[in-house]
Amino acid sequence: MRDAYIDRLVEIVGERRCLWRPHQVKAYACDGYTAEEGLPRAVVFPESTDEVARICRYLYENDIPYLPRGAGTGLSGGATPTGGEVVISLARMNKLLAVDFDNLRAVVQPGLVNLTLTRRVSHADCYYAPDPSSQSVCTIGGNFAENAGGSHCLKYGVTTNHVVAAKVVLPDGDVIDVGAPFGDAPGYDLLGLLVGSEGTLGIATEITVRILKKPQALRTALAYFDRVADASDTVTDIIGAGIIPAAIEMMDQLAMQAVDKSNYHVGYPTDIEAVLLIEVDGLAAGVDEVMARVVEICRRHRVREVRVAQSDAERALWWSSRKMAFGAMGRISPDYIVQDGVIPRTRLTEVLRKIDEVSRRYGLKIANVFHAGDGNLHPLILYDSRVPGEAERAVRAGSEVLRACVDAGGSITGEHGVGIEKIGEMAYMFSEDEIHAQRAVKSCFDPKGIVNAGKLIPLPGRCVEVKRAREIIEENWQILNSFPDQAAVQARGAFAQEAGAETSTSAQG
Amino acid sequence: MVNEPTAVAAKGSDFRFPDAPEEEKYSVCVHCGFCLEVCPTYQAWGDENHSPRGRVYLIKACAEGELPLDESVIDPVFTCLDCRACETVCPSGVQVGALVEEARGQVFYARDAEGKRDPVMRFFLRGVFPRPARLRVIRRLMRFYQKSGLQKLARSTGVLRVLPPQVREMEDVIPEIGRGPAIDVLPETIAPQGERKATAALFTGCVMDVFFSDVNEATARVLVRNGVEVRVPKDQICCGALQVHAGDRDMAREMAKRNIEVFERAGADYVAINAAGCGAALKEYPELFRDDPAWRDRAVQFSSRVRDISQLLVEVGFDPPKAELPMAVTYHDACHLCHAQKIRYEPRSLLKSVPGLTLCEMPDSDRCCGSAGIYNLTHPEMANELLERKMDDVPEGVDAIVMGNPGCMMQIRLGVKRRNQPLRVMHTVEVLDLAYQREGSR
Repeated sequence: MRDAYIDRLVEIVGERRCLWRPHQVKAYACDGYTAEEGLPRAVVFPESTDEVARICRYLYENDIPYLPRGAGTGLSGGATPTGGEVVISLARMNKLLAVDFDNLRAVVQPGLVNLTLTRRVSHADCYYAPDPSSQSVCTIGGNFAENAGGSHCLKYGVTTNHVVAAKVVLPDGDVIDVGAPFGDAPGYDLLGLLVGSEGTLGIATEITVRILKKPQALRTALAYFDRVADASDTVTDIIGAGIIPAAIEMMDQLAMQAVDKSNYHVGYPTDIEAVLLIEVDGLAAGVDEVMARVVEICRRHRVREVRVAQSDAERALWWSSRKMAFGAMGRISPDYIVQDGVIPRTRLTEVLRKIDEVSRRYGLKIANVFHAGDGNLHPLILYDSRVPGEAERAVRAGSEVLRACVDAGGSITGEHGVGIEKIGEMAYMFSEDEIHAQRAVKSCFDPKGIVNAGKLIPLPGRCVEVKRAREIIEENWQILNSFPDQAAVQARGAFAQEAGAETSTSAQG
Repeated sequence: MVNEPTAVAAKGSDFRFPDAPEEEKYSVCVHCGFCLEVCPTYQAWGDENHSPRGRVYLIKACAEGELPLDESVIDPVFTCLDCRACETVCPSGVQVGALVEEARGQVFYARDAEGKRDPVMRFFLRGVFPRPARLRVIRRLMRFYQKSGLQKLARSTGVLRVLPPQVREMEDVIPEIGRGPAIDVLPETIAPQGERKATAALFTGCVMDVFFSDVNEATARVLVRNGVEVRVPKDQICCGALQVHAGDRDMAREMAKRNIEVFERAGADYVAINAAGCGAALKEYPELFRDDPAWRDRAVQFSSRVRDISQLLVEVGFDPPKAELPMAVTYHDACHLCHAQKIRYEPRSLLKSVPGLTLCEMPDSDRCCGSAGIYNLTHPEMANELLERKMDDVPEGVDAIVMGNPGCMMQIRLGVKRRNQPLRVMHTVEVLDLAYQREGSR
């Protein structure tokens, strides 16, 4: 009763590592982005590069669409099978293959969990720097695909700054090595192209990353502000003072309420607008002085209270509270969409006001949690999928928020990727020619257009997402007209590039 | 009793029986996936179906009529160890354990209605554990088996080879069965030493009192030593945790009612329990009476008095032992203590109070050892893998592994036996009791 292609997949990986009965694959209908779902035609669990290559070769030859998946914690639907794809789960390829402590390099399989790498090298005082909030579960392969960021990317850079080489299975099953463990690989920067390609150009099966020595010392402070504008100015002034903190994170009142209801209770005051979590690291001799300057800047901006963590436990709790914020939304809402817009830091207050305005207009609560230091916003749009029409409204509200970011000179994504969620906004951010150039790259790697198709780059004509995007634009045309400076909107390409120079640490590599 | 499908069930849902997984429980999950890496089955297989998030998603799909109640839901719901590690990390507070137990209830009722009962399972769930008299007989038979030389004979003739390997191995690590169960041996009331600080009714449990009645006696001694009057209600029965885990919620409800009545009559300030699994089940009695307000109130009252022995000692205040007990121990967090009851600090503070004792923490002390009720018998492969990992984590040079649950004690005894290590497996309260006994011998 099962199709011949399933037999072939079973031949490659064995009966136990292939799910194909419709009810068995249901759990793979979506990733961390739940607003859209689709059933895969099968899920396979390869354990080696060779198996991945054989699976890809077979599927590609037979025109069967497929996509890779890590832990499925992505927030833009990059691993959602919208076209009946075969899902290639890399969860079982989770080995740490080699570590070179002297040269600070590690070679990992894609399914290795981000934090597990840090745990496995911490005995030598080393760690892996990119730290998405989901680091305790997300995989390095998934980080590679999404060019994931994290709280400490303000100082240390995003995934692309830490991946130096990779073994990649191309869409047709050929295996190539890209990048160089040491130095710069001559020729085109294929590695740079692949990192952040969201599984549309190939599957990395061995990834060589930098590991870093842990900083000698750190200091972490929590600062409560009555007004969000003061918090925002504080961030600008800290960086303006030439201090490069390891991280500066902000949460608004609604986000604080959600986490304070969870296992990660800090006890934030209920009448403040914003909390900043600021960390500085470096040589033991300097951190106290730097932290003193940070505290001083907070005071200058009417901080209500600022505290420096007195123990590792206290620091860990503050960080958990921040990192668990998305997951804690279940405490105040059954569903949410998280946006990932980037803006020039100086326009934070203004954009937050716009987000608040969108929230009122759509009648949906929006909580804000973000990497304030690099202007990477994460508005969490709360909705209830059981209320008819509310999911669609949330998607539209999200879309407006992103446009506000682009209009302020920023970008639609800092670290979560485009996936299916933001594909409509690609047409807003880029011209048709620019998208065409991207498509040309995609077709070099995947001329059949069947590998994670419909993600990241809108496909011409046949792509439903583009149609939907057009519909949204048409529906909201009035709003676009209402923007004060239409010329600025049209010139956004050039504008975004300029502003991008400043925000490049968090923008796509 | 066969349950009738209820008309109350959601339209199109394949959960057709009363007491189904509740929408307010599964709708809390936002699918963030932060639970994946702490789930023992996901760690082993990397399959979303066998992860907490996956299970909740499938339960939701079944409740909403998107999936039938077939193997796609049943298998994942039964591979769950019910260890609750996911609940510790979940930022949204999803009650995965309760959802899984309720889903198992649906499976149990559905099989009952279809006449597809598992006779062996049913015999144990309904015929043995809820019946103290039969438990006593089993206990006596086992003691006879050990003492009479039958055990030696059985082992030497190889007749045990007819048993499944997992059961055979378990036979090997059954502790020496003491003279009688604590419920019979202990007097109905034991006066405290010194000033009476509180009264506690001792819950003796089924497995604990069959295999580890010494631990129950030690519990009573330690409470008395710390000024707690101990009462031993003689007509109490097994807590019903195994029934809840297997989905037999009707039986569990009957057992809960009996215990609630018995302990109401005992009238003590606290209900003291030394088995983590039972403690969690007793504290969760209200879950069983969602649709029965009168019993629910009584269950809430009852549960509010339940304390794990370590919790109770810290709460009423305990005397640190005065005698030295020079030994190095490591502590294993039983899932139903640390994840289900959030008790981590109390047992450690008891251990640290013992002069001369060194506590060496093991990595991932709160990872399941694979015992998980009867999981080690139903899913031996997974249970063995977890046991191996647990044994790998035991620090070198310790004299004992200490924990607060009889299921874990049996499982870890098996691990020790396999590795042939000179390690004792002890209950937290046994360590304290040992230290107190040394005071007398000074």
